[in-house]
Amino acid sequence: MTTATTMHERRPERPPGESRSHVDRRRRRIHGSPWVAVAFAAPLIVYLIAFYAYPLIRSIDLSVHDYNIRAFVQGNAEFVGLENFANVVSSPLFPQALWNTFLFVFVSLVFQYSIGLALAVFFKRRFPLSGVLRAMFLIPWLLPLIVSSSTWAWMMNSDAGVLNSFLGVVGIDPVNWLTSPETSLLSVIIANIWLGIPFNLVILYSGLQNIPEEVYEAAALDGAGPFMVFWRVTFPLLRPVSAITILLGLVYTLKVVDVVWIMSKGGPANSSLTLAVWSYREAFGTGQPDFSPAAAIGNILIVIALVFGLAYVNLQRKVEQ
Amino acid sequence: MYAKKTQAVTAFASAALALGVLAGCSSDASDPETSGTSGGGGNGDSVGGTFTWWDPYPQHEDGSDWDGRVQACGDEAGVTIDRTPYDTTALTNQLLLSAQEGTSPDVVLLDNPAVSTLADTGAIISMDELGFDTSSIDDNLLAAGVVDDTAYGIPIGANTLALYYNAEILEDAGVDPASVTDWDSLNAALGSISDAGYRGITFAGIGTEEGSFQFLPWFWGSGADLLELNSPEAVEAVELWVEWLENDWAPQSAIQNSQNTAWEEFLDGQTGFVENGTWQVNSAAEAPFEASYITLPAKDGGAAPAPTGGEFIMAPVQDDEARYDTTRQIIECMTTPEGFVETAETFAYYIPPTPEGQEQFIEAHPELEVWVDAVRAAKGRTSDNLGTDYPLISEQLWTAVQAAMSGAMSPQEALDAAQDTALSTTGR
Repeated sequence: MTTATTMHERRPERPPGESRSHVDRRRRRIHGSPWVAVAFAAPLIVYLIAFYAYPLIRSIDLSVHDYNIRAFVQGNAEFVGLENFANVVSSPLFPQALWNTFLFVFVSLVFQYSIGLALAVFFKRRFPLSGVLRAMFLIPWLLPLIVSSSTWAWMMNSDAGVLNSFLGVVGIDPVNWLTSPETSLLSVIIANIWLGIPFNLVILYSGLQNIPEEVYEAAALDGAGPFMVFWRVTFPLLRPVSAITILLGLVYTLKVVDVVWIMSKGGPANSSLTLAVWSYREAFGTGQPDFSPAAAIGNILIVIALVFGLAYVNLQRKVEQ
Repeated sequence: MYAKKTQAVTAFASAALALGVLAGCSSDASDPETSGTSGGGGNGDSVGGTFTWWDPYPQHEDGSDWDGRVQACGDEAGVTIDRTPYDTTALTNQLLLSAQEGTSPDVVLLDNPAVSTLADTGAIISMDELGFDTSSIDDNLLAAGVVDDTAYGIPIGANTLALYYNAEILEDAGVDPASVTDWDSLNAALGSISDAGYRGITFAGIGTEEGSFQFLPWFWGSGADLLELNSPEAVEAVELWVEWLENDWAPQSAIQNSQNTAWEEFLDGQTGFVENGTWQVNSAAEAPFEASYITLPAKDGGAAPAPTGGEFIMAPVQDDEARYDTTRQIIECMTTPEGFVETAETFAYYIPPTPEGQEQFIEAHPELEVWVDAVRAAKGRTSDNLGTDYPLISEQLWTAVQAAMSGAMSPQEALDAAQDTALSTTGR
């Protein structure tokens, strides 16, 4: 504080009048040049072009050409317009993949959010070891996906899995988690919910910290019970944070490939095939890479994510008004 | 005293400096990369330099026997080999990308069903252009690398599938392995093993190329053809696998098993049979129980044609054609009869692809003659002129097999759907 004051006081003494105006003039000249603005923005623009614009353009480019392997190497793919999109949408796999994607995203989000919120509210009250416990809930986030997905696949093994031997102890018939078309989607959803809880927990927990204590005190004075406090105070005040959590979760879940690919490869009989997994499989999952349909599916996913993003922005604007 | 000390320090420093300079010189002279580039400037006695080599064996690290063998071939050709291993799928993708960028490696080893796909892109030079005669190689093994009568690679060895069994379990169940000669006797054996309280058989039904690889011996063994996926013979083959699952002779997990997982299940000591490859011979010998193997039976007896596995050595197209000469020497070193035998031994029984190599191999390992016979009877997946259509058909095949085994569709429905899709994507 003292240093700041002395420096402030001393400052006007330092530059002699003449040179000071000279400095000012030069500064104005540099300041006025549009090149300075360009120079400052350049790193960001280069970054955006290299890592956002180019991949997006390339992906669109791939999806409107017919890139078989030969064309991919020689760079002379035929322009086919929207044919790839038409083929994808008219494929018998499309409705199934779209429905699976919807189920995968919707069920995952509902459970991730509600469990994440319940845990966040639970951990809001400090108690012995609450920090340690909360840290343990973050473990799914820290584990490499290859490890957690393989572990889930192993636990859900039809014959030797720990889940089935547990069911056996309780006296329930073993479930063919990943090898039956009825349960394979459910199995990958369960694993994905487990993976997404920490993300929801962390964001919602930090959202809870921002709700002023006075509101709770006022509610307590009015005689609100814990249930009432949650529905009338916590939940409404958490709405903005909830909205962004769910939007991020949605975008993130839409493009999940790794969990499903490692656990079931989208099978058996395409029963756990989502759009993202389908795209990956077309491009890299078989001996014959098909980049064009893969890019078309990817672009459809981008559009879906964009629609929800815009819906969120729209909602946000309404709330602000 | 003080002066003396300075003198000493100066002397030491100059000595160190001199050493450094000397070291610098000598390292310049011995570094092949530097001498290679300077070669163009003056001494020009050899091409020298570094040659890049990609292979799908990440399990063989730098300094392993295999790595040593690759480096030795480089030394012989007077160059350093910079070897990079990828896993099989990643390798195909890397090759496509590098071919597009014009940065292909000099030599690549690639899984045989991918060879025709890559050759089709024009990114590989033919063995003819490189100056190799491929006539000595067994036709059934070379077939995977032949596109329009032109060979684009040489198999460095071949492996195939067989039926391993746990001798203790078979004895317990009163099954004589020699009695398993066709599907009926195999099913009877599985029934007895199951009755004795063990699991009959396990295999890999995973939804990838591995799944098709494992299914093909049964598919071909019943007389089915890859161009007609829904033939009655094909349906019978799928029904065989489905029945094993329904009778609890095979575990449910077989639907998701990779070949490694299936092998691990077998090593548990609770399973009678496992379908697996030549490459497990060493592991079988180390198993805690007595394990042996028989050939995979065809439906009506005899050996079923198993698909050939194994990698081809190939030379991607280079801008600098002067490099081909050295590339030829490196490939030559890997494909002499002695080279084949050496590769076979480094890899735990990779059968040489030429009659001459096979003879030398049997001489050294008479106990492995069964495998040599199996490889001779084996069939390339891309042969029958399927070429680049094979991956498309194979994808439909493994999808259908999975659909039938998981109960999503009946074998007939699944194969009908597969045939429809295969027909519309390949046009034949």
